Amino acid sequence: METIDTITIDYQHYLTASEIAAIEHEASIMETREAAGIEALKVVQNHRGWVSDDSLYAISDLLAMPVAQLEGVATFYNLIYRQAVGEHVIHLCDSIACHLTDMNGVLEAIKQHLQIDYGQTTQDGKFTLLSNACLGGCDKAPVMMIGSMHYEQLTPDRAVEILQQLANQELPS
Amino acid sequence: MNDAFVSSSICPLTQWADVRQPLDFDGYCQHGGYQGAKSALLEHSPNEVLELVKNSGLKGRGGAGFPTGMKWSFVPMFDANDGNAPENKYLVANADEMEPGTFKDRLLLEGIPHQLVEAMIIAAFTIGANKAYIFLRGEYHLAAKRLQQAINEAYQHNWLGDKIQGSTFSLELYVHSSAGRYICGEETALINALEGKRANPRAKPPFPQVAGLFGKPTIVNNVETLSNLPHILKNGVDWFQAIAPESDAGSKIYGACGRVKIPGLWELPMGATLREVLFDHAGGMQDGLTFRGLLPGGASTDFLVAEHLDTPMDYDSIAKVGSRLGTGGLIVLDNKNCPVAMVLNLMRFFAQESCGWCTPCRDGTPWAVEILTRIENGHGKVEDLDSLNKLCDFMWIGKTHCALAPGAVEPLRSALKYFHDDFLEHIEHGCCHYNPTSVAKRTHVATAALKSQSRAMQGGQ
Ligand SMILES: Cc1cc2nc3c(=O)[nH]c(=O)nc-3n(C[C@H](O)[C@H](O)[C@H](O)COP(=O)(O)O)c2cc1C
Ligand code: SF4
Ligand code: FES
Repeated sequence: METIDTITIDYQHYLTASEIAAIEHEASIMETREAAGIEALKVVQNHRGWVSDDSLYAISDLLAMPVAQLEGVATFYNLIYRQAVGEHVIHLCDSIACHLTDMNGVLEAIKQHLQIDYGQTTQDGKFTLLSNACLGGCDKAPVMMIGSMHYEQLTPDRAVEILQQLANQELPS
Repeated sequence: MNDAFVSSSICPLTQWADVRQPLDFDGYCQHGGYQGAKSALLEHSPNEVLELVKNSGLKGRGGAGFPTGMKWSFVPMFDANDGNAPENKYLVANADEMEPGTFKDRLLLEGIPHQLVEAMIIAAFTIGANKAYIFLRGEYHLAAKRLQQAINEAYQHNWLGDKIQGSTFSLELYVHSSAGRYICGEETALINALEGKRANPRAKPPFPQVAGLFGKPTIVNNVETLSNLPHILKNGVDWFQAIAPESDAGSKIYGACGRVKIPGLWELPMGATLREVLFDHAGGMQDGLTFRGLLPGGASTDFLVAEHLDTPMDYDSIAKVGSRLGTGGLIVLDNKNCPVAMVLNLMRFFAQESCGWCTPCRDGTPWAVEILTRIENGHGKVEDLDSLNKLCDFMWIGKTHCALAPGAVEPLRSALKYFHDDFLEHIEHGCCHYNPTSVAKRTHVATAALKSQSRAMQGGQ
């Protein structure tokens, strides 16, 4: 009888000790291991920039949950990236308060400056541009979020200035 | 009672809130912090606190305005304080705040995190929950940091953990930070999200109060709702009702955004009128603009217009004029922004954030987006308005599992009523009058058509 070759990959070795520690901490405060799924995706994304297929398998292994279920969770959320993204991900709010205060002007300026559209990454890999639902800064609209920073009361010029500053920043070595 | 500890009657929730530098544990205690929790745990039984909350008339600030005490009373009330609780129960603070135009909870989370921690101790004690979560939206990074700090301090001072302040009550409190999806704010979807599942809502019944997180009784309350508890415990039911004697009890954090002079948040006695919020606090419209209409409580509420401005912003009064108090955050439309474009923006949000479970919502919201886009771009037909009205019926209450779809309908159906002329004008003129490029394109097409017509006529001569 013919047998099919299978490969067993040890995904425990794929994740770093600090990733595993952070994920285990999350799992310890929930009643089930799978409940730590979102946090685990975020932990890995924080370390690696995005969630690759390998990362997804590794996490599902560690949390002993079906990979399809984890994938369903991963793709459900706006802030989990299932594709490689640039060093800085720009989340420009396109909800109503920002719409009423001309986020469109800001969007055009960013597109022009970076020469990319929504969903694209600049050639130097510095920036990815995404939209975001209301960022909770509606009284200071328009707003964008890059990393954990919220930039408020944007004008087209100020948005470009912020991007220039970020582009010139030295990477911490 | 020490006078210094009596909460300001005007704005108990935000009086000590400071988003630049929130009070730490000591500072919070100096301003009367943890006195409410102390009173609950050491001077009252859970049932007494429940009666207090019921009598206070506190209604949920998360959008639906459901009486908080009544909601809690559905939880099977075996006592978790005797240490022999037959099974666990859960308390969850809903800090998912993703409704466009709503930013009030952020002020409480970033500006006075200890208040929420204290509030959750009181609520958990009352329903007999030994485990509680703050379900925080992923974008609120600063809030996550500050809440964690406050929680750590509370553990250090035995306001969390085992046998709090020598009582028999123990509580573990965790922050769960989400990853950006509006539907997670719906309480049953939130519970699925916390369990690590795809965050679709659940069919009800069973209601979460009976079978919620991990199948156990669960109470989900909005951040602002909970934040009232320390003050009710500290100052009493009479004080709470006296804040707004003619309206729903207590204060409310109102907000305003759009092109008003001073966008922001104000904690006022419940029942301030739309006019007071819009003109006395938000300063009216920016120079050169006039008022067209507003959504009184976030993106999923019906438009109101000038004739409604004297309506008090409480649950019943706003409902009487055909809208909902929702989250109490005004989204203000001026005369130079297009109402069709505004509704299109809102509908796009709902279409994007629909979880896809129910057909009317999954298919209806993108369909509405398509029609609205066509109208906004000058390709609409009069029949499109009928289609939109029909879609409003298809997506109305009772036809879907959760309130996202009816919420999406509210701004649309009211815009069709109050801004009917704008819709017609778009259709008749084939362009959007608020948008110079659209008009120019249309004029260009028209001029080109005229020219070729006249050329044809000349040629024909
Ligand atoms: C689509 C949708 C999103 C919601 N988002 C939130 C939210 O972000 N925050 C919130 O407190 N309630 C939200 N709610 C309401 C909750 O389902 C629930 O009614 C509320 O948390 C109850 O709290 P309360 O009784 O204190 O008002 C949402 C409801 C729906 C249908
Ligand atoms: S109404 Fe929409 S968001 Fe709510 S459950 Fe149905 S499909 Fe999901
Ligand atoms: S709409 Fe952009 S921050 Fe709220």
